[in-house]
Amino acid sequence: MTLIATESLTKVYGGEVTALSDLTVAVEPGIVGLVGANGAGKSTLIKLLLGLLTPTRGRIQVLGLDPTADPAAVRARVGYMPEHDCLPPDLSAAELVTHLGRISGLPRTVARERASEALRHVGLHEERHRPVGGYSTGMKQRVKLAQALVHDPDLLLLDEPTNGLDPAGRDAMLALVQRIGTEFGISVLVCSHLLGEVERICDTLVAIEGGRLLRADHIAAMTSATDVLAVEVSEGTEELAARLAALNLPVGREGRLLLVPLADQRTYDLILGAVAELDLPLHRLDQRRHRVAELFARRENSHV
Amino acid sequence: MSEPTGVIHDIGYQRYTGPRLGRRHVFGAMYIHGVRTAFGLGRSAKAKIFPWLVVGIVLMVAAAVTAIRSQIGEVVMTYAQFADAMSWLVIFFVAVAAPELVSRDLRSGVLPLYFSRPVPQADYPLAKLLALITALFLLLGAPQLLMFLGGAFTADGMGAVWDELLDLLPGLLYAGLWAVVFASVGLLVASMTGKRAFAAGGIVAVFLMTTPIVGILSVLPSQAANQLSGIASPPTLVQGVGIWAMRDLLITDLAEGAGPDLGPYGPVYALAAVALVAGCVALLLARYKKVAAR
Repeated sequence: MTLIATESLTKVYGGEVTALSDLTVAVEPGIVGLVGANGAGKSTLIKLLLGLLTPTRGRIQVLGLDPTADPAAVRARVGYMPEHDCLPPDLSAAELVTHLGRISGLPRTVARERASEALRHVGLHEERHRPVGGYSTGMKQRVKLAQALVHDPDLLLLDEPTNGLDPAGRDAMLALVQRIGTEFGISVLVCSHLLGEVERICDTLVAIEGGRLLRADHIAAMTSATDVLAVEVSEGTEELAARLAALNLPVGREGRLLLVPLADQRTYDLILGAVAELDLPLHRLDQRRHRVAELFARRENSHV
Repeated sequence: MSEPTGVIHDIGYQRYTGPRLGRRHVFGAMYIHGVRTAFGLGRSAKAKIFPWLVVGIVLMVAAAVTAIRSQIGEVVMTYAQFADAMSWLVIFFVAVAAPELVSRDLRSGVLPLYFSRPVPQADYPLAKLLALITALFLLLGAPQLLMFLGGAFTADGMGAVWDELLDLLPGLLYAGLWAVVFASVGLLVASMTGKRAFAAGGIVAVFLMTTPIVGILSVLPSQAANQLSGIASPPTLVQGVGIWAMRDLLITDLAEGAGPDLGPYGPVYALAAVALVAGCVALLLARYKKVAAR
């Protein structure tokens, strides 16, 4: 089943501001990272997925349902955590999440039970009976996540869940999101402007820029094919480069480093053999995992 | 072998397969939540002070009226007159309850959490409106019920109790009219701003600042303007409808010229009240249509 599918999705605000343009993407269930700079169209996409906005052109499907035609059916199965503050300060977390569970259609007692469960899962225990106004930012983010989870959705839409958190808080939130995606069996769409953050927990990555799709793929496909070996020798760099080229290895240069794409285990042997034959002092040989960020950086450069 | 007691097992995340209730139940949940909010229930002690102060005052007035009637036998005010006499308190109750119901939610940004759930857009403002109407009706109706019980227990015979009931029903209807008009206007004003103080001030302003207009119109040399002057302000509009529909119950002072003279325009007052409520509800729905898309 496709989790989210869009086809030439376009949203123009007031006839002039184009927030999304011709976006076609299909993602499978799992943890999906939606990355893009501020103003790239992430929040607009989320509102379209919830049926809060109507697309100007194109089509959109969530869990096989059309949010434009039947928003209630989509919203019943989706949990949404907004980016901004959305918690009334004088209610306790338990009351708020219970009330919102009832708004999602849970019977009264079930709503109360599931609210405490959801709050427990996000790590709020006795403090859930205190007014939200006195909570730290980290606790508020957890309450926001709990209210999205209370009605047991099939898909969570998280808009910048790590916003305003310190590094430890970010790690905890990301670990929580990962747990929801893997242990709870709920698909998650995580929005962020920080690629380094979401790439750690995602199965799939969707990058948008200026309302256009930059790239959408499984994270494994993005990183595996791009590993390189970095070789550094104290002297004889030119000789080694020539020798490796003679062995049919595509050699790149980066300062004093020679970069060789890692095709398979044999690449190591070939390089070590060449170094030994030339009797060069090997300074280092290590595998470099290309981070997704570099992929986008390279792509953006080629655009310019 | 006995089971160990007091052990908490982490059973992990549980999927929910039970029933999901429909629109009617969700509306009911929002409505009940709204009525409780209006009286400060489920909130801090501070939020309870004002609503219950007002409730206390109206109940005390009702108790006093009942006591005077049973001791001296003099009818200080009829059931219908009760709402008129309490109009200031009703206005202040609306000025506190309406911002509590809608301005708070606007300010805290909680609305996206409602509108991202399977709730039709119009249900949120309508549930709040119905809740405020109910709160106002309870505020005006409960004291009348107290007066009725006092009157019924001191009355001689079933016939007198029946007469008493026939007096009470129009009084409750009139209280309902007050509730509907004041709730619609008050909620619309409150929904315009997230600042509770502004909303409260705006509500008092709408109800009280329009009074001078009535005063000016009522001294103009045109008789039609005098007779229509009450339409300019919600409290006098409601009174006008009351006087048109149940003059005998509202004006007990039989002296000539007591109470405002509507001339032939009674039905105009009724139409104006209907139009005012309809207009406020339409604007309220339009307002939330805009808010939901943000």
